[in-house]
Amino acid sequence: MHIVVCVKQVPDTKIIKINPKTNTLDRRSAPAILNPYDAHAVQEAVKIIEKTGGTISVLSMGPPQATAVIKKSIEIGADRGYLISDRAFAGADTLATSYALSKALERIGKDLPVDMVICGKHAIDGDTGQVGPGIARRMDIPPVTNVIEVTEVNEQEKTVLIKRKSTNGNELIQADLPCLLTVEKEINNIEYSPLPNMIKAVRYEPVIWTVADLENVECTQLGLKGSPTIVGKMFTPPKPEGGKRLEGSSDEQVKQLMGILMEKKELLTLQSSK
Amino acid sequence: MPEKFDVIVVGAGPAGTACALQTARAGLKVLLIERGEYPGSKNVMGGVLYRKQLEELIPEFWKEAPLERPIIEQRFWMLDKESVVSFGYKGLEWGAEPYNNFTILRAQFDQWFAQKAVEAGALLINETVVTECIVENSKVIGVRTDRPDGELYADVVVLADGVNSLLSKQLGFHKEFRPDEVALTVMEVINMPKEKINDRFNLEENQGTTIEIFGDSTKGNLGTAFLYTNKESLNIGVGTTLSSMIKARLKPYDLLDYLKNHPLVKPILQGGESAEYLAHLIPEGGFRSVPKVAGNGVLVVGDAAQLVNAIHREGSNMAMYSGKLAAEAVIKAKERNNYSESSLNSYREALYGSFIMKDLEKYKDAAHIFEKHPQYFKEYVPMMNKAMSKFFTVDGTPKRDKQKQIMKSITAERGTIRVIQDMYRAWKAVK
Repeated sequence: MHIVVCVKQVPDTKIIKINPKTNTLDRRSAPAILNPYDAHAVQEAVKIIEKTGGTISVLSMGPPQATAVIKKSIEIGADRGYLISDRAFAGADTLATSYALSKALERIGKDLPVDMVICGKHAIDGDTGQVGPGIARRMDIPPVTNVIEVTEVNEQEKTVLIKRKSTNGNELIQADLPCLLTVEKEINNIEYSPLPNMIKAVRYEPVIWTVADLENVECTQLGLKGSPTIVGKMFTPPKPEGGKRLEGSSDEQVKQLMGILMEKKELLTLQSSK
Repeated sequence: MPEKFDVIVVGAGPAGTACALQTARAGLKVLLIERGEYPGSKNVMGGVLYRKQLEELIPEFWKEAPLERPIIEQRFWMLDKESVVSFGYKGLEWGAEPYNNFTILRAQFDQWFAQKAVEAGALLINETVVTECIVENSKVIGVRTDRPDGELYADVVVLADGVNSLLSKQLGFHKEFRPDEVALTVMEVINMPKEKINDRFNLEENQGTTIEIFGDSTKGNLGTAFLYTNKESLNIGVGTTLSSMIKARLKPYDLLDYLKNHPLVKPILQGGESAEYLAHLIPEGGFRSVPKVAGNGVLVVGDAAQLVNAIHREGSNMAMYSGKLAAEAVIKAKERNNYSESSLNSYREALYGSFIMKDLEKYKDAAHIFEKHPQYFKEYVPMMNKAMSKFFTVDGTPKRDKQKQIMKSITAERGTIRVIQDMYRAWKAVK
């Protein structure tokens, strides 16, 4: 079994500041971390490989300092790491990113065929959730999104049984291998890494590929050139104003509330139409 | 079989990193273990780093290290409720190479320093707590961490795990420290535009000031407060011995609040924005509290060995120097292939022969005497303030009469014999 996990280095959006003039993220204001969903993706790969045996590779695209998230993945339990890093990849949107990653996956697969790709649900800096399915489409393998449990991997039959979250409940799906999963946080808990992994991670030197190391690459599909996305406008949503607080005895509060509801009937209709 | 290193250093503060740096430079296989997310993330100090001992490790470090400001002025305040007697020294020679000391922010500095050890070949593992030393036949042979499969072996384990070193306590090198052997210090980093700092402290861009504040800053208890200038922030903090805090029923954050709102301090902080709040214990037991520092396969350095000179606010420099001395002892032990206590004792000898232990010995009674006789901070500081006020207020009284009145009021308050006793005792404590 060979699982490739796609990971991304992101600014910690819990603490990042937004430049009030340009409305862009001030990336210096927050440390760069492994995208939390991707950490769960690596952890899930570790759980699967514990049962089946095999190899976990991690793949990332980014500047040279993105090797930090590959090392973090090694701590969690990955075996190898690849970083594609080149000026030509810079400025990529989700379309160009999934193209570049699928080309790198092709290259990885030449050395050791890939049975499964796992991605996080989305990156916390972009929140699009498009790169995972984009890779699956280009590799022509089934994408299974919002995965909350990998129930069973059958290596003989080359199938996998998966539980995924949907708006109407959970779905149990059987997919053929190879396939691509994008995982939710509740799929697992990140384990406290064993000490040998920590030491391995510190010593590990990820493989770094430039465009020249990948094969059959259409350069017009890379980076800014290959990115049709146009960002029209960026803005910080206004902070919601505090609600109105009703005071007094419960009877008085109910009375006040009824008054408000009778006055603003649209509040009721809006709720029911949802 | 878990991996074996030549040296495992526990704690990536100034002492541990200095030791890791020097042993790695000598070609030893070194593992540096840090419990924080990164070196410096859990470390606290007022903020003054002396140049000399770091320069011995990294010549001209000021050209690359993340430093705040070189200190060109050191002020001392004897603070009363609404007045202060101050003195100090300002010298432009401290603003040029080779400098005397700098303010630093530990979260940045420690990361940089640890990176130097990594570049020299040491392995740095973060977010890992060493829970105990592995002891076999009364010899330390490795460490056990809180991680799964978390055991590692080494010829020597260097304990740089900071004040309240649990690891050296487990080995029986010292007892639980008494409340009068440690100070509790709380501090805040207050952001302020550099123009404001330069104006308020009368400084140029690359110049800094430190102020040590005695007296009312600790409500007369044994301790000090400090106010240091960084590039675009101020460090303000206050600490007293834990025993004083217990005795006076002080809450550390109340004390810091009191200081920040003191009428002579408040205007300096006006318009600043609190950015960080930190608290830490400081080992201040001095010479008599220094534990056993060398054992079979183990050495103790820095705060873990209580190497702090509270009177001269020296600690990080001593930590680095002790780390360097420990490294030299380890390298020698490796040459002999003998890691027994008698072999590693060369560290103890070097430490006791160095300025570190000589300085600690000089002040070995100071803290004890000031703790036992609170009048120095409680009574003499206000007396000094009253005396200065009287002396400099022009009210038609001849100066000689004023001097007499001042002397009289001092002896009336404390009694002539006690004043003489106090002076003699203080002189003896610091001579």
